[in-house]
Amino acid sequence: MVSTILIVLVSLIFGGIIIRTKSILSGRKGPGMFQPMHDIIRLFRKGSVYSYTSSFITQIAPLVYFSSVVIATLFIPFGQQKGVFSFQGDFILFAYLLTVGKFMMIVAALDSGSSFEGMGASREVLFSALIEPAFFITMGSFTLLSGKISLAEIFANVHYNSHLSYFIGFLAAIILMLIAMVENSRMPVDDPKTHLELTMIHEVMILDYSGFDLGLILYTTYLKFAMYGALIANFFIGQLPLVQSIAVFLGIQVLFAIMIGIIESFMARFRMNHNPQYILILSSLSLLIFLGILMFLGKII
Amino acid sequence: MLPLKTILESLNILILTTIISFFFLKPRIKLLVGCLSICIASLLTMVGAIQIFNAGTIEYFYPGSLLSGAIRIKADLLSAWFLAILAFSFAIGMWYGYHYLKQYLDNTTRLNIHLSAVLLSYASLIDICVIQNSLLFLVAWEIMALSTFLTVIFDSHKNQVLKAGIYYLIISHIGVLFLILGFIWLFSQTGTFDWVAIPMHVAQWPAYQIVILFIIFFVGFGIKAGFFPFHTWLPHAHPAAPAHISGLMSGVIIKIGIYGILRILLLINNQYTSIGYIIIVISAITGVYGVMLAIIQHNLKKLLAYHSIENIGIIGIGIGLGSIGLGINQPVLAYLGMGGALLHVWNHALFKSLLFYVSGNVYQSTHTVNVERLGGLIRTIPQSAWLFLIASIAISGLPPFNGFISEFLIYSGLFHGFTKDIYTLMFLLLFIIISLVVIGGLAVICFTKAFGIIFLGTPRDSKIQYQSNDSWYKNFPLIIIALSIVAIGILPSIVLIPLSRVVSLFTSDLEAVQYLTLTTPIQQVGWIAGLLILSILAMWLVKKLTQQQQNVRQHVTWGCGYTGNMQKMQYTASSFVRTYRKLAEPILLVHKKKEYPKEIYPKKIIHQTHADDHVEHLLVNKPTQAIRKLLNYFAFIQNGNIQLYILYGFVFLIVVILFPVIVTQLKVVLSYLNSITW
Repeated sequence: MVSTILIVLVSLIFGGIIIRTKSILSGRKGPGMFQPMHDIIRLFRKGSVYSYTSSFITQIAPLVYFSSVVIATLFIPFGQQKGVFSFQGDFILFAYLLTVGKFMMIVAALDSGSSFEGMGASREVLFSALIEPAFFITMGSFTLLSGKISLAEIFANVHYNSHLSYFIGFLAAIILMLIAMVENSRMPVDDPKTHLELTMIHEVMILDYSGFDLGLILYTTYLKFAMYGALIANFFIGQLPLVQSIAVFLGIQVLFAIMIGIIESFMARFRMNHNPQYILILSSLSLLIFLGILMFLGKII
Repeated sequence: MLPLKTILESLNILILTTIISFFFLKPRIKLLVGCLSICIASLLTMVGAIQIFNAGTIEYFYPGSLLSGAIRIKADLLSAWFLAILAFSFAIGMWYGYHYLKQYLDNTTRLNIHLSAVLLSYASLIDICVIQNSLLFLVAWEIMALSTFLTVIFDSHKNQVLKAGIYYLIISHIGVLFLILGFIWLFSQTGTFDWVAIPMHVAQWPAYQIVILFIIFFVGFGIKAGFFPFHTWLPHAHPAAPAHISGLMSGVIIKIGIYGILRILLLINNQYTSIGYIIIVISAITGVYGVMLAIIQHNLKKLLAYHSIENIGIIGIGIGLGSIGLGINQPVLAYLGMGGALLHVWNHALFKSLLFYVSGNVYQSTHTVNVERLGGLIRTIPQSAWLFLIASIAISGLPPFNGFISEFLIYSGLFHGFTKDIYTLMFLLLFIIISLVVIGGLAVICFTKAFGIIFLGTPRDSKIQYQSNDSWYKNFPLIIIALSIVAIGILPSIVLIPLSRVVSLFTSDLEAVQYLTLTTPIQQVGWIAGLLILSILAMWLVKKLTQQQQNVRQHVTWGCGYTGNMQKMQYTASSFVRTYRKLAEPILLVHKKKEYPKEIYPKKIIHQTHADDHVEHLLVNKPTQAIRKLLNYFAFIQNGNIQLYILYGFVFLIVVILFPVIVTQLKVVLSYLNSITW
């Protein structure tokens, strides 16, 4: 429960931190920390326009997307405390819940009959299919390490007692961060601030959304970021007492957001046909974790 | 309650009398009688299945003939599980088929043959599930193979359909050949056709023989089920058959192959580990290959057929995991693997038949199943669209529907494998997990494409006339399937109780404990699925309330300033999967034909992509060509000269009659040669 509350809190300023970092790094004055949330609240108050072509699918897709991410956040544990839902194999449901939301968003992109949105949908669906193995291999490796198959138990049983284990934890955190960036369509794969529809992925899918729906989609993105941040934080919280772990949690979230800001300021987007390779690299990195853990357990070498 | 024997006998008699009665009935009544008879037979089967579940095992004998020996009829929980699937699917299928076939009342012969074949295939499928005698089993299997062939070639006046049907006939008989081989081997060892003798005999065989025996049966049944590399008939036969038959084929008839594999596993009851390795590796390849090809198909029914291959792969992964679990004595793996596989058999029967029935609706509405040409059907046939969406989410293995439950069982079995100290298995498990994840991800591509392109957007080909033919009356059976999909997704515990009893056939008594520890997560998955649906509804309410005071209006789709006709500018099925196709091209066999614009006034330009199956090319087409070439050398024998044909017959008869004489003479010569001392 603690983690859910914290995730919601962090999600309110997550986008703001990214924007602040980017404006500081580019030497602009830039908008304030709470600007993204102001925008979203403004959107909630606005009216909506739906395409003549669109059907009921367009209407419910953002709701499914939002609900799936909200329920997925209920799975995230917090140090020694379990998430709201915790059972054997919960991370499988966690990953598949996120896919349901994506499924509906992709289908909804095809709903408007637009020439651009299909493009985004086509890319999004491929990239999210390619990214999935990385998450599962990482989680599989940690089941191997901890001997447990629920998120809470895995994180409660990750102990850092050798150089190799630090390395593994660090690598896993990096992989989760990169997964989060691909899943949320951020820089090396997608560029959220571009104006050219042809090069966008996620943004182009939601071209025809407005008002309440658009606000919901934008908020869901930040929520998803905060959720992945919480997953990453769990690698470091371990057995810390509650107050300290909250501090560590917030620190890691802020650091995560700042890192995204830095990456976005200094990196250019990949060419679209290089994206699959980049995404597959994540899977091979997670295979490294698997091998590392086998080594750590002394089963190979 | 009626005893099982009476039920099964009356079922077979009912079906035979119905077939005979067809000679005396008018077409309209005939159709009704045929469908009703299937429904009554299904009810009987259901009663039978419930009885088996109550009793555990029901066994009785028929005296049989001198040749076959006593015929053992034994129905255990595994039979009951498949009987229930058959009964449900056939009842729903023919209910839907009734509306589908109504247009063909004028063609009496076609209808006669079709209905008789469906009835026969149902009876033979039921019998296959309970017969425990090799000879009778093969007879029933053969009836099934022939009658399903007849059901497939319903549109036999189309050349392509007939070709596909014959393809199916030949391939399924290659399967029969392997089955015969396996049963002959068993007969030569046990001396009886009765299966009861198999486990004891086989237990004394050396390991490699058992594995070879299993492989023979696996090929035989795997051809029916559609395992890689024996899957090639599925994408031909499914599109050729009418919608209700493709639904039944894909939903239940190919599952009878899975039944066969499970039955053989139970009978062999030995060498589970090596058998498990074989199954799991083949299944992983089957699954990935099936879905990889499914994505690039543009014929909806072909796409669904390739998806059946993928789902057979998932079922196989479950079975393989289960038997590895049995082999290395890890009941958790066995329980989750087998349970997942058996549940997936049910689930696949539900969502795949639903998808095929909806594709039938699409065909009736547009007279094409070419995905490229469709679009915006959600406005013409909204009910079908929603049914298709539910089935698509379910088949992609996503919550909140049933597909996820069975995949979850298999996944948790695989991850449980990581927690046991069995390090030799680790890399295999990792490989399987990756393939299962890839299957899941690619299935999402495939079904977002299928649903999004067919039902959403605007029509992509203005030549096609859309007819609205949705009605509650017609779609009622489909809605029943959709409701069961949702029900299993939210309340998986209703199927888990019978499921755990079926699985206990494999894992003996360990199950009581396992069952209690493992149902909690699965029920929780169900609750969360329910919560997802509830929260979507809640958000819907919130949205409606906020939008009440707001200005909600409609306008054209944003076109970057372009306001003309965007129909042709939409993404099509090929463009939607283009990036994927580029990635997968090295593995798949994609034929491309392009003609670029030339000169100043370009003429028609062409861009065609056509996906073929590598395996089919290598394993079917090339050998067929070689055989044809070889047989061409003997073509001179067939020369149309009747006198010569009579001569052939004469020579043949003489050879046959003289054969004993020749043999005895040869023996004399041989013994003479032997007696000579040099």
